[in-house]
Amino acid sequence: MSTWGLEGRVAIVTGASRGIGWATARLMAKDGAHVVLVSRGESGPLEARAAELETQSGCKCLAIVADVASATDVGNVYKRAFAEFRRLDVLVNNAGMLCDGLVGMISEERIARALDVNLAGSIRNLQMAARLMGRTGGGSIINMSSIMGTRGGAGQVVYSTTKAGIIGMTLAAAKELAPKRIRVNAIAPGYIATDMIRGLPEEIQRARLAAIPLGRIGDPEDVAKAILFLASDHAAYITGQVLGVDGGMVI
Amino acid sequence: MSNRERLRRVFREAFELDSGAGTEFAVDVEKTAYRATPEWDSVRHMQLVAAIEIEFDVMLETDDILNMSSFAKAMEILERSDVDMGT
Repeated sequence: MSTWGLEGRVAIVTGASRGIGWATARLMAKDGAHVVLVSRGESGPLEARAAELETQSGCKCLAIVADVASATDVGNVYKRAFAEFRRLDVLVNNAGMLCDGLVGMISEERIARALDVNLAGSIRNLQMAARLMGRTGGGSIINMSSIMGTRGGAGQVVYSTTKAGIIGMTLAAAKELAPKRIRVNAIAPGYIATDMIRGLPEEIQRARLAAIPLGRIGDPEDVAKAILFLASDHAAYITGQVLGVDGGMVI
Repeated sequence: MSNRERLRRVFREAFELDSGAGTEFAVDVEKTAYRATPEWDSVRHMQLVAAIEIEFDVMLETDDILNMSSFAKAMEILERSDVDMGT
């Protein structure tokens, strides 16, 4: 049974192989959406995940290997998705990478890569998605910011910059695309249990947990549920917003 | 209807050029150019791109969208997208 009314909708989820992206793809398929899973790396595991979702949900799920840092790859994602489904209703612009480093110790190469993946990659997907959504009367785009983008974090100058940039992109695109009935919002997760944070030293993990009033680390599904809300018609009058999913975390 | 004629129709509809049809004010769509033709501004450009993509079932590259500054350029771009324009 559909909770969010996404039956028959077509969604592209970037960074869908794990963490928040995988949780989102799973919940969307469970709700009846057809999901295009996009991720870098090997096609085998991604195809296995798409097949798993198809078996569980009965919906059509497509696995496409693509690097959001490549304009050609991103273009191919949308061409293939449109060829398969003839429409696009939702983009979850989630693919991203961490980039830790103290000021003065961040290489040019790492700066360029993080900007290319987190920021330019999101813009590439936004542009392509808006064109397809415009053909069929609108849609919903959900961009992945971070509490590091809204509040900043020591040792996260590059990552925070990219995630703050996502907010600017969201606000501008929300205004420009509203006449096409395309809603654009951002999610700013706090401290979420994903592979991205598993490598952090234990004392940092303890300190972060202590800064969360709700008293627990977030689960990828906590974020995915907020994404499904923004994707759905329950959020039909919401655009240009940044929704924190952070347990009240203070940094 | 040939693909060239279909493209002419898309241009006429996108720029609403039919009002002067058959009169001395008729606009030759094949001579329209981005920004030079008053009706062809950046907003109409994206509407034109969407209309072309739907009509010919193609998805243009971003560079092609930026370079599509005339009817002739649109013909060229569609040829490259495997649409037979008879050129």
